[in-house]
Amino acid sequence: MQETPVKPASTKPSLTLVPPADAAPPIFEIDGLVKHFGALCVLDGVSTRVDRGEVVAVIGPSGSGKSTFLRCLNRLETPTGGRVRFNGVDLTDPKCDIARQRQRMGMVFQGFHLFDHLDVLRNLTLGPVRLQHRPRAEAEAEAMAALERVGLADRARAFPAQLSGGQKQRVAIVRAMCMNPEVILFDEPTSALDPVMVGEVLSVMRDLARRRMTMIVVTHEMAFAREVATRVLFMEGGRVAAEGSPAEIFERPERECLRSFLRRVA
Amino acid sequence: MFASLKQQFIDNFIVDNRWRYLLDGLGVTLQITFFSLIIGLLLGFVVAVIRAMNQTTGKYKIADFICRIYLTVIRGTPVVVQLMIMYFVVLNSVDKRVAAIVAFGINSGAYVAEIIRGGILAIDKGQFEAGLSLGFSEFKAMWLILLPQALRNVLPALANEFIVLIKETSVAGYIAIQDLTKSGDLIRSRTYDAFMPLMAVALIYLLLVVCLSTLVSRLEKRLAAARR
Ligand SMILES: Nc1ncnc2c1ncn2[C@@H]1O[C@H](COP(=O)(O)OP(=O)(O)OP(=O)(O)O)[C@@H](O)[C@H]1O
Ligand SMILES: [Mg+2]
Repeated sequence: MQETPVKPASTKPSLTLVPPADAAPPIFEIDGLVKHFGALCVLDGVSTRVDRGEVVAVIGPSGSGKSTFLRCLNRLETPTGGRVRFNGVDLTDPKCDIARQRQRMGMVFQGFHLFDHLDVLRNLTLGPVRLQHRPRAEAEAEAMAALERVGLADRARAFPAQLSGGQKQRVAIVRAMCMNPEVILFDEPTSALDPVMVGEVLSVMRDLARRRMTMIVVTHEMAFAREVATRVLFMEGGRVAAEGSPAEIFERPERECLRSFLRRVA
Repeated sequence: MFASLKQQFIDNFIVDNRWRYLLDGLGVTLQITFFSLIIGLLLGFVVAVIRAMNQTTGKYKIADFICRIYLTVIRGTPVVVQLMIMYFVVLNSVDKRVAAIVAFGINSGAYVAEIIRGGILAIDKGQFEAGLSLGFSEFKAMWLILLPQALRNVLPALANEFIVLIKETSVAGYIAIQDLTKSGDLIRSRTYDAFMPLMAVALIYLLLVVCLSTLVSRLEKRLAAARR
């Protein structure tokens, strides 16, 4: 875990979102990423980089490859071509210890995927205890504090089946956070939720953004992307068709495909 | 009529303490079943994990191929033939019961493997991916996340396998083991009465199976309630 020393969060709060010049390599450097499913080309050369503290929203029409892109970043899908570097480590190298790298990046799924046979607290401590070999008491104390923060401390001993969708997703976010990751990947975290529950999950994510957690969020919540994202990627047909600040993407969209997409989701 | 039935009963079970044959036979049947089941569970568990790992990750192709051959051979041949091959060909210098336990264990393992594999594959793929995304290896995700859920779901089916096995071991007499079935036969050869001993044997099997089935369905209800 020690190969790239990570600097502690900068002591003086920087006014801009640009990381200091002497920072470690960017969290993600993605270079010409290609993914085929058989004959179907889903990602057709995606390149971008994600720096520490960024909140990148990924938007685009259904089937444009957003989920596939995200899943290539932690190699739940194996890219067909191109390169993904995480903290300077080439994840596409077959010799790379992907499980070890994944410990430093969390993922939150549309379908929550809490471990059904474990209660909330065990869901949260499974990774820290089994992977990071932290003492259970310490991991539990930390998990409880994190649960408190999302307003679910009283549900610590509940099983996933006893939680609402919004509660499940908040627990899933806390589960990712308990590993102290450097980045969290979100794949449509609110798409399976009733409107009432969407708000509670988004507010947890807003809180993470405020604490400068690096996040990549595939989302259909344009208002959230506009408000929280530091950068927006618009994907279409397996490519990044437009990229820029929320203002550039939402207020002054240049390309016609982006404009027609925004008209449709508005 | 009643008097003659009573006389038959006395001749078949009381004279010479013949009921002891049945009791000893029952003991042998239960012993063979129990140890076979343990072998079957261990073997089936390993085979199921290998095959499920192959199906979820595409790795372990050779091990999976070997497992498939095992399953095909065991499920494609009668258990009596397997028993005789085990005793007369493979393990012909060991104790009969050991040979029987190994044969029935290997046989049962094939069925247990398919039960457990079905249980693993029935679990949402998202559970496995959530485990991987935390940083667990494929094997650890299988062990810590999929297997506990799968085993819980297939527990009743595994208990049923125990019940099936009790009946299957009734062919142990083919290699001259005195199990429950064979002891009934032994009494028949002494008393020249087929009715009483065979009825008694059938009744004992039936009682065993009914009792165990009741326990299994209770277990099923409990698990269903716990899952809600
Ligand atoms: N495992 C797979 N095998 C075959 N095709 C796949 C697979 N996963 C995705 N696809 C295809 O790849 C294309 C892109 O899928 P992807 O899920 O990345 O889109 P998306 O942008 O996330 O869409 P949505 O907004 O609906 O979630 C789709 O046409 C989909 O059918
Ligand atoms: Mg998607």
